[in-house]
Amino acid sequence: MTNTVEIRHVTHAYRTPNGPLPVLDNLSLAIPEGAFCAVVGPSGCGKSTLTRLIAGLMKPDQGEVFLHGEAVRGPRSTVGMAFQNPVLLEWRSILDNVILPLEIVAPRMPRRDRVARARELLALVGLEGFEDKRPSELSGGMRQRASLCRAIVHKPEVLILDEPFGALDAFTREDLWQTMHALRRQEPFTTLLITHDLRESLFLADEVVVLSGRPATAQYRMAVPGGTARTLDDLYTPDAAERLNLLRHQIQIAQGRAEVPA
Amino acid sequence: MSLRRIAIPVLAILIFLGLWEALVWWNQWPNYRMASPSDLGPAYIRYAELFVVMGWQTLWRTVAGLLLAVVFGTALGMVMGFSRTMRDALYPLLVGFNAVPKATVVPIVALMFVGAHDFNTVLIAFMISFFPIAVSVSIGLSTLEPEYRDILRSLGASKLTIFRKIALPKTLPEFFGALKVSVTLAFIGTNLMEIVSPHGRGLGALFDSGRTNSDYPLMFAVLLALAGLGIVLYYIVVALERIFAGWADRSPT
Ligand SMILES: Nc1ncnc2c1ncn2[C@@H]1O[C@H](COP(=O)(O)OP(=O)(O)O)[C@@H](O)[C@H]1O
Ligand SMILES: [Mg+2]
Repeated sequence: MTNTVEIRHVTHAYRTPNGPLPVLDNLSLAIPEGAFCAVVGPSGCGKSTLTRLIAGLMKPDQGEVFLHGEAVRGPRSTVGMAFQNPVLLEWRSILDNVILPLEIVAPRMPRRDRVARARELLALVGLEGFEDKRPSELSGGMRQRASLCRAIVHKPEVLILDEPFGALDAFTREDLWQTMHALRRQEPFTTLLITHDLRESLFLADEVVVLSGRPATAQYRMAVPGGTARTLDDLYTPDAAERLNLLRHQIQIAQGRAEVPA
Repeated sequence: MSLRRIAIPVLAILIFLGLWEALVWWNQWPNYRMASPSDLGPAYIRYAELFVVMGWQTLWRTVAGLLLAVVFGTALGMVMGFSRTMRDALYPLLVGFNAVPKATVVPIVALMFVGAHDFNTVLIAFMISFFPIAVSVSIGLSTLEPEYRDILRSLGASKLTIFRKIALPKTLPEFFGALKVSVTLAFIGTNLMEIVSPHGRGLGALFDSGRTNSDYPLMFAVLLALAGLGIVLYYIVVALERIFAGWADRSPT
């Protein structure tokens, strides 16, 4: 089976007025087709940079990113993105916000089909009846749901999520985790999720990758079973507690606050 | 509701005129000191035709200058908004240009293009009013959060598409805010030129002829007509703002 996303030995530094700032250091990562990979790491270690490289928004100094075995040279329409800030366009209705990517990717698609596709997704995330509302009329969680719909409306192969639930309260966040599973059961995307919530990564991901402090490299990987059949209760089992502990310890190492075990 | 919206300002204007009348009457001012509203009626009737012709002159020149300012200001704002280098290069120049009091530029332009009344006037209206537009557009574009750009850029959308679908609409509220300032400025520019340039036209020239003929009620009548025109222009911009950037209005409807 080919990997949908493959990052090979990527090294990158930002050029700043104070000289180069190394951000990624020989980072390698592979996400098989249909899998869900969560990346956690200390704040400022280069996680967002990683997403921008995969999306083709910038090029790494060294190494290469492959999507379906093809080297990424620039942005491509087979990618969907959502961020912590839902960045919905206030002058459009929720429905027209979700349709936006189709206007770029499928300019010839009839409006009726676009609307049908957007409505289908909005219903799937529980936003039926809100199609004609303005973004400012929705709660933070609902806006983030709409933003997720926009990210997958054009059936991207790769879904890149940069801390999309980070600004939500705990209960709303757990609701959205379940929505995420529901979407995954319905849509065939491969996901890279950036998060700073370890429980979130354990609930959603098939593999959790811990990045080291800046410049970041893949420090630790953990396979998580359960797929989309996981429930919130699974987070409160002894097995989950053990995994959480392991991840927490790895984060502390990444932050330079714990000894690397011999 | 809409009756209220019209009745309240009209009432306010009537009260203002009433107070003005009372003030003049109370002080027994002669009309060369200060004309009262009741003196203005005869002035409007006597010069009705001139008011229409001159008012039209002032109006179209102001609007022409303003349209130029919109086109040029938006273009300049786009250049400065998208390119850091251009912003650094042009900003001081622009601020310096704006800082020059236009009252000093008016006589210079009047001399440079003697007799070309329309050209002079439109030029000044334009020069005085493009600055807020350029600044607001450039700030609107340069402060666009990168995520807004990235949602389309990551799909391979062109710069033009991103501008059309995101940057432009997002900047519209700021643009109209600036346009409200500019419309008043353009109006001032037009009148400055009309008053200063010899044998000028427009309401400014009418004002000037009132002055040379010591026709004080005429001068005040022109002032009031100018105020009226200014209000009309301003509310046209407000109406356009409602149509094109009404979404930015968060007040409950
Ligand atoms: N365009 C840029 N130019 C210079 N430095 C940047 C730029 N973007 C991010 N950085 C720096 O690179 C580091 C990693 O950034 P980022 O990838 O956003 O981190 P994370 O998402 O893990 O918090 C940070 O220290 C940040 O300040
Ligand atoms: Mg980040």
